[in-house]
Amino acid sequence: MSYVTTLEQTRFVFPDLRTLLAKATPLRSGDVLAGVAADGPVERLAAQMALADLPLAAFVGADVPGVEGDEVSELIAARHDPAAFAPVASLTVGEFREWLLAPEADAAAIGALKWGLTPEMVAAVSKICRMQDLVSIAAKVRVLSAFRSTIGLPGRLATRNQPNHPTDDTRGIAASALDGLLMGTGDAVIGVNPATDSVEDYIRIVTLLDDLRLALEIPTQSCCLGHVTTAMAAMDKGAPVDLVFQSVAGSQKANDEFGVTLAMLAEAQEAALALGRGTVGTNAMYFETGQGSALSAEAHYGVDQQTMEARAYAVAREFDPLLVNTVVGFIGPEYLFNGKQILRAGLEDHFCGKLLGLPMGVDVCYTNHVEADQDDMDTLMITLCAAGVNFVITVPGSDDVMLNYQSLSFHDAVFARETLGLKPAPEFEDWLKRIGLTDAEGRLQDAPPALAGNAAVTGLLELSA
Amino acid sequence: MSGKSRTEALMAPLKAMTEARIGMGRSGGGLPTRASLAFALDHARAKEAVWSEMDRTKLAETLADLGPIGFASSRVSGREEYLTRPDLGRLLGDEADLPGAEPGGLAIVVADGLSATAVELNAAAVLRALVPALGDTGLPLAGIVLARQARVALGDEIAQRMGAAAAVTLIGERPGLSASDSLGAYISWAPRPGMPNADRTCISNIRSGGLVPDLAAAQIARLLKDMKRVGASGLEMKARLATLPAP
Repeated sequence: MSYVTTLEQTRFVFPDLRTLLAKATPLRSGDVLAGVAADGPVERLAAQMALADLPLAAFVGADVPGVEGDEVSELIAARHDPAAFAPVASLTVGEFREWLLAPEADAAAIGALKWGLTPEMVAAVSKICRMQDLVSIAAKVRVLSAFRSTIGLPGRLATRNQPNHPTDDTRGIAASALDGLLMGTGDAVIGVNPATDSVEDYIRIVTLLDDLRLALEIPTQSCCLGHVTTAMAAMDKGAPVDLVFQSVAGSQKANDEFGVTLAMLAEAQEAALALGRGTVGTNAMYFETGQGSALSAEAHYGVDQQTMEARAYAVAREFDPLLVNTVVGFIGPEYLFNGKQILRAGLEDHFCGKLLGLPMGVDVCYTNHVEADQDDMDTLMITLCAAGVNFVITVPGSDDVMLNYQSLSFHDAVFARETLGLKPAPEFEDWLKRIGLTDAEGRLQDAPPALAGNAAVTGLLELSA
Repeated sequence: MSGKSRTEALMAPLKAMTEARIGMGRSGGGLPTRASLAFALDHARAKEAVWSEMDRTKLAETLADLGPIGFASSRVSGREEYLTRPDLGRLLGDEADLPGAEPGGLAIVVADGLSATAVELNAAAVLRALVPALGDTGLPLAGIVLARQARVALGDEIAQRMGAAAAVTLIGERPGLSASDSLGAYISWAPRPGMPNADRTCISNIRSGGLVPDLAAAQIARLLKDMKRVGASGLEMKARLATLPAP
């Protein structure tokens, strides 16, 4: 079936859903690279108008990539719930946008759609939303998740403390983690991207993070972001694994590139839950995604990168994660060229993740070969905070010395608390007050003397001597 | 904050444990001014490395005594297109001027990649150490080609056109904040367009503060010897070497 818009006697014809979605996507370099982008701003608008008039129901049972036997497409089809879809089943994509913006669509109404919406539906509506729409709609959605802390409550922002080190040095990781804790970060997770992927290093890293957590009695969870198979092997050996991590993407072939299948993720989730380490909840998975990963694996099937990204969320929501974040500016200028494209993509990803029911966070980040700087990151962070983002990534001084890119800083977390008024997870907020790192109003204080005398801290200091 | 806080005093001895920007102090949610500007300077250096052009004339003069010099460009027209179209950066453009050579030698390609700064600071030093060591590898130098707007794979196509048995592509790596002058070396046996990444052997972080040029050259020469011995590069070279007795 083809889709047509006529603008002042010019007929624009889009032969299939895949083409319509791609051409309706706001400009980004990855779609140009893939050869699927609109030929210009007028054709893009024609596609957006055709898309706005398309019934949402056109996506039910539609296989957008059209690849026989793709397990992500099969999962999307199998999970679609007609009863949950019923409230919006008669709407077009354009009417759905208005439905979402209207005050009647509150957290409960939008949340009830979760299993009625497919990734392609939410990608479609995001393409005809301005940034302000992406903020106002997402801000109404609440997705809570919990392990030792509760993430996603209104008026709160959690942070991942990311103490990476280029050689996974134990003291280097501990020093950065402590720096972040002293700035009040780490309520989402204290999570290390390992430079190596051996089981021994994985176990050493989760053990050092767990020791730090126990010594300071921090109500949070830790994670080593190694491969899911490494996590499984570590759990087999009795390692203290809180969250199991995996990068995921929107097609089976793209997930093959990551060396992961749905069955492996199910097995890993089961193993993590069997450890019973959560105290206030049982969300034990952590996923990262990012626009362009399917294209870079040549596993996009002519589908635009933003729709493929939304399909990754269908994978993530299958496993009740504690945390999901897009690593939005990491992939490079051939996918997202500049600050403008990163800003838009970060808000789209957050919006689509939230509508699909994910506890969505964002790694607000960039590399040195994209046209972006700290000002762009400030804008994205502030906009995401207005949109109610569940958590953001923070690193020492915005400089990740292992992955060689710039993310938000521990300082930025202080800014979000004190200028934007966003509190940490309630369990973590209590801990910060109890040990004296924040005052009664939640303002960050100088390191309390008692903390400097803690065994974990003095142990680290002795190692430095 | 004026004066040294307890947080800063606590973190000060830990700074030696990592290159990460820890213990920097703060003013509210902001960095101290000096640290904020120092970060911006590191970023400015990295941007400059990405956007600057390689000075091929000057480099050709510097390297002239080492062997025949050639010139090539990819199909990319400018820096912005280079960043957004990696596919075009892998294809050889029309106006290549490649040295003629006997088949079976080594083609060296010096490519700007993502950091012309890395090439400017380190390429000549690597080649000054590498070229004299080639006698030991049994691979005569077919020539050195200076390639603009180039991705790694362009080196393989250039080397194939020159009839070379092996290619060494020295290319500017994506600049980090702490170092914007890292050079990478990609080495391939039987170079050809469309080679999978797994068929190349890579050495990275070549710079004065990382893997120093002399050591990098020695490593490259040793790898070339191994490649010639087993007739493969990349993962296949590793696999074949594993089945052989030590030389």
